[in-house]
Amino acid sequence: MTDVVSSTAGVLAKPARRDIGIKRRYAAERRFRAYGIAALSFGILFLMLLLWSVVSKGYTAFQQTMITIPVEFSQQIIDKDNVRATDPAKLMTANYPIVARNALAKVLGVAETDRQGLRAVNQMISDGVRGQLRDMVVSDPEIIGTTQTVSLLAAGDIDSAVKGQINLDVAETSRKVSDQQVGWMKQLTDSGALAKEFNTGIFFNGASSRPEAAGVGVALIGSFYMMLIVLVLSLPIGVAASIYLEEFAPKNRFTDLIEVNINNLAAVPSIVYGLLGLAVFINFMGLPRSASLVGGLVLTLMTLPTIIIATRAALKAVPPSIRAAALGLGASKMQTIFHHVLPLAMPGILTGTIIGLAHALGETAPLLLIGMVAFVANYPTTPMDPSTALPVQIYMWANEAERAFVERTSGAIMILLLFLILMNVGAILLRRRFERRW
Amino acid sequence: MNMMSEAAVEKALDKKMNDVAYKMIGKDVSVYYGDKRALYDVNLNVRQNTVTALIGPSGCGKSTFLRTMNRMNDTIEGCRVTGKITLDGDDIYDKEIDVVELRARVGMVFQKPNPFPKSIYENIAYGPRIHGLARGKTEMDAIVEASLQRAGLWAEVKDRLHEGGTGLSGGQQQRLCIARAIAVSPEVILMDEPCSALDPIATAKVEELIHELRANYTIVIVTHSMQQAARVSQRTAMFHLGHLVEENDTDKMFTNPDDQRTQDYIMGRFG
Amino acid sequence: MSTPLILLILAIIAIACYVVGTRHALAIAGGRSSKLHSRPGYYGTFVALCAVLPSVLILAAWLVVSPLYINSTVLDGFPEDVKARSPAEQGLSFGMVSSLARGMNVLSLDEIERIGGNPVELRAALGAKGVPLAGDPEPYMVESAGDLNVMTKISNWVMTAVVLLAALIGAGFSYTRIAPRFRARNRVEKVILASLVVASSIAILTTVGIVASMLTEATHFFTSIPPWEFFFGTVWDPRFAAAGATDSAGQFGLIPLLLGTLYIGFVAMLVAVPSGLFSAIYMSEYASRGVRSVAKPLLEVLAGIPTIVYGFFALTTVGPFLRDLSSQLNGLVTGDYANFIQAQSVLTAGFVMGIMLIPYVSSLSDDIITAVPGTLRDGSLGLGATQSETIKKVVLPAALPGIVGALLMTASRAIGETMIVVLAAGVAARMQLNPFEPMTTVTVKIVSQLTGDLEFTSPQTLVAFALGITLFAITLCLNIYALYIVRKYREQYE
Repeated sequence: MTDVVSSTAGVLAKPARRDIGIKRRYAAERRFRAYGIAALSFGILFLMLLLWSVVSKGYTAFQQTMITIPVEFSQQIIDKDNVRATDPAKLMTANYPIVARNALAKVLGVAETDRQGLRAVNQMISDGVRGQLRDMVVSDPEIIGTTQTVSLLAAGDIDSAVKGQINLDVAETSRKVSDQQVGWMKQLTDSGALAKEFNTGIFFNGASSRPEAAGVGVALIGSFYMMLIVLVLSLPIGVAASIYLEEFAPKNRFTDLIEVNINNLAAVPSIVYGLLGLAVFINFMGLPRSASLVGGLVLTLMTLPTIIIATRAALKAVPPSIRAAALGLGASKMQTIFHHVLPLAMPGILTGTIIGLAHALGETAPLLLIGMVAFVANYPTTPMDPSTALPVQIYMWANEAERAFVERTSGAIMILLLFLILMNVGAILLRRRFERRW
Repeated sequence: MNMMSEAAVEKALDKKMNDVAYKMIGKDVSVYYGDKRALYDVNLNVRQNTVTALIGPSGCGKSTFLRTMNRMNDTIEGCRVTGKITLDGDDIYDKEIDVVELRARVGMVFQKPNPFPKSIYENIAYGPRIHGLARGKTEMDAIVEASLQRAGLWAEVKDRLHEGGTGLSGGQQQRLCIARAIAVSPEVILMDEPCSALDPIATAKVEELIHELRANYTIVIVTHSMQQAARVSQRTAMFHLGHLVEENDTDKMFTNPDDQRTQDYIMGRFG
Repeated sequence: MSTPLILLILAIIAIACYVVGTRHALAIAGGRSSKLHSRPGYYGTFVALCAVLPSVLILAAWLVVSPLYINSTVLDGFPEDVKARSPAEQGLSFGMVSSLARGMNVLSLDEIERIGGNPVELRAALGAKGVPLAGDPEPYMVESAGDLNVMTKISNWVMTAVVLLAALIGAGFSYTRIAPRFRARNRVEKVILASLVVASSIAILTTVGIVASMLTEATHFFTSIPPWEFFFGTVWDPRFAAAGATDSAGQFGLIPLLLGTLYIGFVAMLVAVPSGLFSAIYMSEYASRGVRSVAKPLLEVLAGIPTIVYGFFALTTVGPFLRDLSSQLNGLVTGDYANFIQAQSVLTAGFVMGIMLIPYVSSLSDDIITAVPGTLRDGSLGLGATQSETIKKVVLPAALPGIVGALLMTASRAIGETMIVVLAAGVAARMQLNPFEPMTTVTVKIVSQLTGDLEFTSPQTLVAFALGITLFAITLCLNIYALYIVRKYREQYE
C-alpha cells in the first residue's frame, strides 16, 4: 500500500495555493442566480400585470350612473282606460320607458313634439327602467297619477361616457354619444340629477343584453348550488375512499390500478369531464340541461381525485405510533382510524377540500358543454332549474362586443377572484393554525 | 514517510509555535443557531499530519465544531459563528478568504456515504474538474487513479470505473467519497462520523485508510465510538454540552484523563 | 307517500332502532356494559343498520324499476293503430300521456267531472294550471293517462308498504340477535368497510364512465364518418347539413386541430419551462426564508387563478398589445402600419398559456428538486464547488428524470387547456406555421361543436366525442408515463 501511495503521490501533491478560477466561477454563479431572479420576477410581474389589467378595467363596474329625477306616473300612459282593477296584467305590460323618457324630457326641457329630441332623450335611459318602474307600480298601484323622485339607470353608453371610457374628442358621428347628449349630461350633472352610485345591480341582477342592467346574481346562486353539491358529495366520498385506500386496501394489482387511476383522473383535462357529464347525466340519465345539479355532479367527479390525494397525504402524515398506541389499547382498526387518525388528519383534509372547491369554483370548460351557457334572467329556486355559473357568466360577457361589457366582465372577475382569495386565505390560515410537525 | 515528517517539522519551525506544527487553530469559537447557542468559546488546535478525534455525547457540539472548520455551516440558515479559526495562520472567516477556495483546501467526508448519482470515474473527477486542476484527459485519468489508489479502492473498482457509484457497497461508497475528497488535494480532511453507517469489516478498512492518510493530510474526525478514537487518532478532544472539556494525547485521554467528565464518559457513565 | 317522506320515516325508524337497541343491550347485560362484547352503541347501530339498509336498497331498486315497468305496460295498452306508428311518434304520444297524467293530478275531482272527456277543454284547463300540452289529446290518451296514474299510485302504496315492512322485519330480526356475546361491533364495522370500498370504486367508475360514454358516442360518429378520414384528414370543415345537399356531412380532419394544439402547447412550454424551472431552482436553492414566504404564495395565487381569467387577459390585453406592437414595429421598419400579429394568434394563446403554466412547472419541479437528498449538496459543497456548480452538475442531473416527468405532466395540461385557447387562439382550423396567425385546437372545437342547439345524432355534434377520446388518450399516455417516471424517481431517494 505504501509503495502505491508513494508512486502516485506526485500527481496529487500540489502547491497549497492554486489558481482554481475563482473569479470566473463567481461570475458564473452571479449569472446563474440572476437567471433565477429574472425567472421569478417574470412570473410575478405577469401576475401583477394580470391583476392590474383586471382591476383597472373593472373597478368602474362597481359604480353605476343614475339619473335621479321626478317621474310622473301618468295614468294616461300606464292605464289609460282605468282597467287595472279587473285586468292586473295591464300594469305588467304598460309602456314604462315612455314614462321615464317623458320625465327626463321634462327636466331637460325637450318639447313633446320634438321627436328627434325625444329619441335622443330615450337613448340616455337604460331599458332596465321598464322593470324598475313596473315593480314600483305593481307593488303600490296607488302611485299612479302621482309624481315620485326616482333614480333611473342611465344607458350603458352614457354610463361609459360619464366614466370617461368614451373619447369625446373624436368626431360626433363616430361615437355613440351625441354632442347634444353630452350637453345634457353636463346639465344633469350640474343640477345633481346625474351621479355615480354604488352598483348593487351587478351583484343581484340576472342576465341582460343591456350591460347596465346585467349582473351576476343568477350566476352566484348557480355557483353556490354547485359548490354545495360538490362539498356534500365529494368530501364524504373522498374521505371514505382515501381511508380505504390508505388504511385497509391490500397492496395488490387492483389497488395499484386504483392508485394510478386516481392520479391520472386528477390530470385529465377538465373538458373531458364535461363530455362525460353531457353523455351520462344529460343524455343517458335525462337530467335537465343547464341545471346546477348536473354542473355540481360534474364538478364533484372532477374534484374527487384532488380531495382523495390531499386526504391520503394527510392520513399518511399521521405517524404510525398513534395507530400503534390505539391498537395496543384494544381499539379495533376502525375505531383507531375514526377516533384518532381521522381527527388528526382533519386540518390537512379540509385544506385540500377548500383548494379543490376553489378550483371547481373557477372551472369553466366542462360547464360550457352541459349547457350552462344560457341566458337566465330569473333566479333559480332549486338546483334543477336552469342556471349559470360565475366563470361561465364571465365567458359569456367576454364574448359581448359592447364596451360596457368589458367593464362588467372585469368586475365579475374581481368578484370571482375575491371568493377564490377568501377560500385560499382560509385554507392557508387553517394550515398555519393546525399544522403539526411530528 | 520520513520525508513527510521532516517537512512537517520544517513547517512547524516556520510558524514558531513551540515545537508542534498547528495546521488549524480555533480560538474562542462560539456558534449560535438563531438564539440557541451551540458552542461556548472553544479553543482547539489541530496539529499537522495528525489525526484528531472529536468525541462526546450526542448533541455536544462536536459535529458543529467540525462544520465550522470548512464553513459548511454557511449553508444552514440562521447560523452564526464568533471567535477565530485559522488555517495556516489565515482567519477562515475573514472577508478576504473565499469559501470555495477554503473548501478546496479543507475537504469533508460525511456521515452517510453520499456518492453522486454518476459513474465512479465522474465522482472522482468532479472536484478536479470544477476547480480546473487537470489539463486534458490523461492528467484527469492520473488524478482519478491516484485518488482511488490512496483510498485503497483502485483494485476493487478499476474494471468498472464507468459504472454508477451508487452501485457500490456502503463501505466502498464511503471510501469512494474519501477518494473524491482526496482528488482535489486538500490539506485537511474533516470526517463526520464516517463509519457510523458501515458494518464492522467496512469500518476496519476505512480506519486503516485513515491511518495511512495521516502521512499526507491533517485529519479531524468526529466519532461516536471511543474505541475508534483510540484506534485511529493521536489527539482527542472531548466535548460536552457545547464546551470543550479536555484536549489531550489520545493515549493519555483513555488511560488517565485530566477531567472527571472525560473519565465518566469514557467509563460509559453517560452518553 | 312521496319518497322524501318515506326517507324521513326511515330516518325516524333508524333513530328509534338505535335507542331501543342500545337500551336492550344494556338491559341484557344488567346495566354493566363491560359484560357486552361491544359497546352498547354498536348494538343500537347494528339494529338501525339492519332496519334501514335493506329497505333503502329496496326503495332505490323500486324507484328505478317500477317506472320502466309501468311505462311499458302503458305503451302496451295503446290502441293497435298507434302501436303501428314509428317509435318516435309513439314516444311523442307517450310524452303527451305523461303530461296528461301529471295534469290530471293537479285538477280537482269536480273539475275532471265537469270537463268529462272533452280534449279541447281539458287542454285549456291544464294550460291554466301551468301544464301545457303539445296538442289536443286523443281520447285513448286520456284513458292511458288514467291508467298510468292508477298504476303509479298502486305502485307507490305497495312500495311504501314493502319498504316499511322490510324496515320492521330487519329491526325485529336484529333485535332478537342482541346477546352479550354477540359481536355487534364487527358487524357494524363490516358495513362501514363495505361503504368505504364502494366510495373508492367511484374513482374507477368515473374512468369507466369517461371511456365508455365517449367510446359509444364516438362509435356512432365513426359509423357516418370513417375513422381514417377523421384521424388522417387534413381539412376541418364540418359544415352544417343543408337540406338535400349531397356532401352534407362536411369534412372532419383531425390533423389541423392537432397541429394547432401541439403548436400552441409548444409555444406555451417555451415560455413556461425556462421561467418555471429557474423560479423553482431559485426558490429551492437560493431564496432566503423571507423571500420564499412571499414568492411562494404569490406563485400559488398565480396557479389559483381560473383559466377563464387568463383567457380574458389574453383577449383584452395581451392580444391587442401584440397587435399594436407589431403594427408599430412594421411602421418603424417599412413605414406601413399594418399589423403582422393578429390579436388572436398562436403567439397570444401560447404566451398566456405559458404564463399560466409557470407556477405549475415551478411547484412540480420545486418538489422534485427538494427531493434530491441534501447530502449530495453537502458532498459537492464540501469539495469546494460553488452553489451554481452544485446545482448544475449534481442537483439537476440527479433530478433530471423527475423533472422530465413534471414537464410531461405540464405538456399534458397544455394540451387539455380550454378556456385560454377558446378566447385567444381563434377558430380557424388551418395548417400553417406562422405563430402570428390564428390556429385552433382540439378543445376549442369540442366546445364550439357542442354549444349550439344541435340535434344529438348528427356527426357535427358527435365529432366532439371523437375529439374528446383522442384528447383523453393523448393526455392519458402522457400522464401515465410521467407518473411512472416520477414514481421511479421518488423511490430512488426514499
